[in-house]
Amino acid sequence: MSTTVATHIHDAHAHHDDGSKTLLGFWIYLMSDCLIFSVLFATFGVLAANTAGGPSGKELFELPYVFGETMLLLISSFTFGGAMLAMNAGRKNQVVAWLLVTFVFGAGFIGMELYEFAKLIHEGAGPNRSAFLSAYFTLVGTHGLHVTCGLIWILIMTHMVARFGLDGVVKRRLSCLSLFWHFLDLVWICVFTFVYLRGVL
Amino acid sequence: MFGKLSLDAVPYHEPIIMGTLAIIVLGGIAVLAAITRYGKWGYLWKEWFTSVDHKRIGVMYIIMALVMLLRGFADAIMMRLQQALASNDAAGYLPPHHYDQIFTAHGVIMIFFMAMPFIIGLMNIIVPLQIGARDVAYPFLNSLSFWLSAVGVILIMLSMFVGDFAATGWLAYPPLSELGYSPTVGVDYYIWALQISGLGTTLTGINFIVTILRMRAPGMSLMQMPVFTWTALVANVLIVAAFPVLTATLALLTADRYLDMHFFTNELGGNAMMYINLIWVWGHPEVYILILPCFGAFSEIISTFSGKPLFGYKSMVYATVSIGVLSFMVWLHHFFTMGSGANVNAFFGIMTMIISVPTGVKLFNWLFTMYRGRIRFTAPVYWTIGFMVTFVIGGVTGVLMAVPAADFVLHNSLFLIAHFHNVIIGGVVFGCIAAMNFWFPKAFGFTLNEKLGKASFWCWLVGFYLAFMPVYVLGFKGMTRRMNHYANPEWHPYLVVAFIGAVVIMAGIALTVLQLAVSIKDRKKNLDLTGDPWGGRTLEWSTSSPPPFYNFAHVPKITSLEHYWDEKESGKAAQVGRYEDIHMPRNTGAGVIIAGFGFLLTFGLVWHIWWLAIIGLAGMIGTFIARSYDRDVDYYVSAKEVERIESAHFTQMKEVA
Ligand code: HEM
Ligand SMILES: [Cu+2]
Repeated sequence: MSTTVATHIHDAHAHHDDGSKTLLGFWIYLMSDCLIFSVLFATFGVLAANTAGGPSGKELFELPYVFGETMLLLISSFTFGGAMLAMNAGRKNQVVAWLLVTFVFGAGFIGMELYEFAKLIHEGAGPNRSAFLSAYFTLVGTHGLHVTCGLIWILIMTHMVARFGLDGVVKRRLSCLSLFWHFLDLVWICVFTFVYLRGVL
Repeated sequence: MFGKLSLDAVPYHEPIIMGTLAIIVLGGIAVLAAITRYGKWGYLWKEWFTSVDHKRIGVMYIIMALVMLLRGFADAIMMRLQQALASNDAAGYLPPHHYDQIFTAHGVIMIFFMAMPFIIGLMNIIVPLQIGARDVAYPFLNSLSFWLSAVGVILIMLSMFVGDFAATGWLAYPPLSELGYSPTVGVDYYIWALQISGLGTTLTGINFIVTILRMRAPGMSLMQMPVFTWTALVANVLIVAAFPVLTATLALLTADRYLDMHFFTNELGGNAMMYINLIWVWGHPEVYILILPCFGAFSEIISTFSGKPLFGYKSMVYATVSIGVLSFMVWLHHFFTMGSGANVNAFFGIMTMIISVPTGVKLFNWLFTMYRGRIRFTAPVYWTIGFMVTFVIGGVTGVLMAVPAADFVLHNSLFLIAHFHNVIIGGVVFGCIAAMNFWFPKAFGFTLNEKLGKASFWCWLVGFYLAFMPVYVLGFKGMTRRMNHYANPEWHPYLVVAFIGAVVIMAGIALTVLQLAVSIKDRKKNLDLTGDPWGGRTLEWSTSSPPPFYNFAHVPKITSLEHYWDEKESGKAAQVGRYEDIHMPRNTGAGVIIAGFGFLLTFGLVWHIWWLAIIGLAGMIGTFIARSYDRDVDYYVSAKEVERIESAHFTQMKEVA
């Protein structure tokens, strides 16, 4: 098999780097992820009343605290928008800066969530206390796990932007990451509404 | 240090298991020694293990499926022998805890590691060729998918010799599968084998949806896609819509077992019926994921060998799509006995019956395709006709059980077992073997032995009826499933007949193996030099057999549904134009490496060896990240090289003509 090395990777007929294909695939992946969350929401819906004599959401949740968390995540979505604008304008350093700001807000969100979890477990309201708490920790925790993955991804993209500049591959990946990040925001809005607001009301 | 793992995990005292282990170890050593002796390691690694060529990945999937068919069948015949013996005072030869693992392993292996890889393998080989593409949308992910499935296979095989396998039945219903009732690692093997292979399957689903939607040859509209590609598209949409539900459900069971949570437990508010609902939300679409591509294969076969276009192409497409949609609205028919009330049961019963309508449409389409055709009775056609007859019977017993009142009597009886083997052997297994006989020359460049293929068919067909018709009767007589022993002597004769049927099926499997061996030996006599041995109608037959790694030198411009057939009819020779450089993905070992770390992760999780699991997870993520930094993932095949390969093929074709 004698071959020539691809020196002209990003020319017109290089169909592997066709960004629209990747974006479509990533959309479909997000839909499948959405289904995982649907299952977790449905489970939570079924089990929310099964407190088995333990504490209920009304006794446990502190809305102002969760509202703070929510704001952090919403702002991080906003700052990610900044990164995308900078990307479209081709400003590499600005992209890196916005990404880092996003990372800080995201990390703040995760920090607050972990603190909340630790507090609940400390109060004896851990995931093994009742079916309701199992469902609560799993749903919120799965979202948190996704955000954590997003944070790692942000760091990698920051490095990639710095190293490779804003070429086709990097832009494509940033677009995917952007979709992912906004998607997690949407999921969180649902968590806030169905878990916390409904729990307290 | 090693979690729950100790030397006691190896069942030394079980002669059957140790005998099997000895055979596998000796066989394994022989294979490894032969590879080393002939110096084939480099070849295997470079040309196969690291390959991102969809055709090679497809072949590896199908080899894996055939091996697992042998394992799954070994389990089946052991059960049949046990039930033929263990009547009244006789205890048979399998103790209950062993028997329970066998029916669980049989079900899991046949569905997840035989049928799924076979279907995915077929889609891999055929779909890109049918749509005139040079590879799939994400070649690296495709390789990764395969190796993740392979890890699932390794785990399930390993569970036989290190520890045990789940004894819960193939869907691991709680509360039995909870830690309190299944304290060994069996269910954990089950969970992680399904999770890691399920990840691969979901990636495959995404990959093929994008491939089919975005990589069709110019001019090919959706309504000009071959039917097999249509069924593959719908099956992959079902995969993406159903497998995440399985993933989430098993994750919740995992949380119960590993983190002491209470989703499905009896205590503290858990709800076991929720598991059963969720698992069947995946489970029913799953059976259509398996059968739809087989319907597609039968369609291609019957139209090719009848020498006619498929009757009712459009209705076939609509039938496929509506089956796909309906498959999400029937899951409750698996547990009418849950007690959700007459109205709910009636709804799901009626929805189930409605599915038989599009299925019936398909059947008539095949019949009308054959009507007034000049049918050539080749082995694939034998399998197809056998399917048409057998599947109708299975469909009828299915509709029978869709009547909730009848199901209350038949639920969990052997009638159910007979029903689903009726559709899954008559539909999926026959479909896979038909497709293998049909497309084998495309993948390998020579045809399979017809005589042995037909002999195998007759054994399977007769064996199937012998093995499962008595099982229907036993269902009516009240015998329930999963019985290790029974005290009713009236059942015994039927079970002996069923055992004889299984032996006949065994002959069918042996004949298929023999068919492969003889065909490979005589390949020089059966070469397919034209690339079109059957007078095919779809694009895959327009390229050489086996196709060059880039599939098509020129991507065809599609003008009609049966583009290739019409070109042949109008006498347009394959255009020999100017060749261009072809852009191809580079092979990569990343898939194998990630899956290798995946094995460490899942094995560590099964045995609670946390450090190993952490190494595995870090390795998987790290390798994936490292791969994302690799910028040299593709290359160009020079026009000169393409010309050399193509003219060799043309010379060959001229020699034949
Ligand atoms: C090739 C011939 C086959 C034979 C002789 C056979 C035989 C059996 C037997 C004896 C059982 C146990 C019935 C009981 O519970 O009493 C069983 C269960 C089962 N079989 Fe097969 N089988 C065959 C092929 C297949 C195939 C091809 C598939 C799927 C692709 C399959 C899927 C299953 C499943 C899912 C179960 C249920 C396991 C459970 O109870 O959890 N079988 N089979
Ligand atoms: Cu079903």
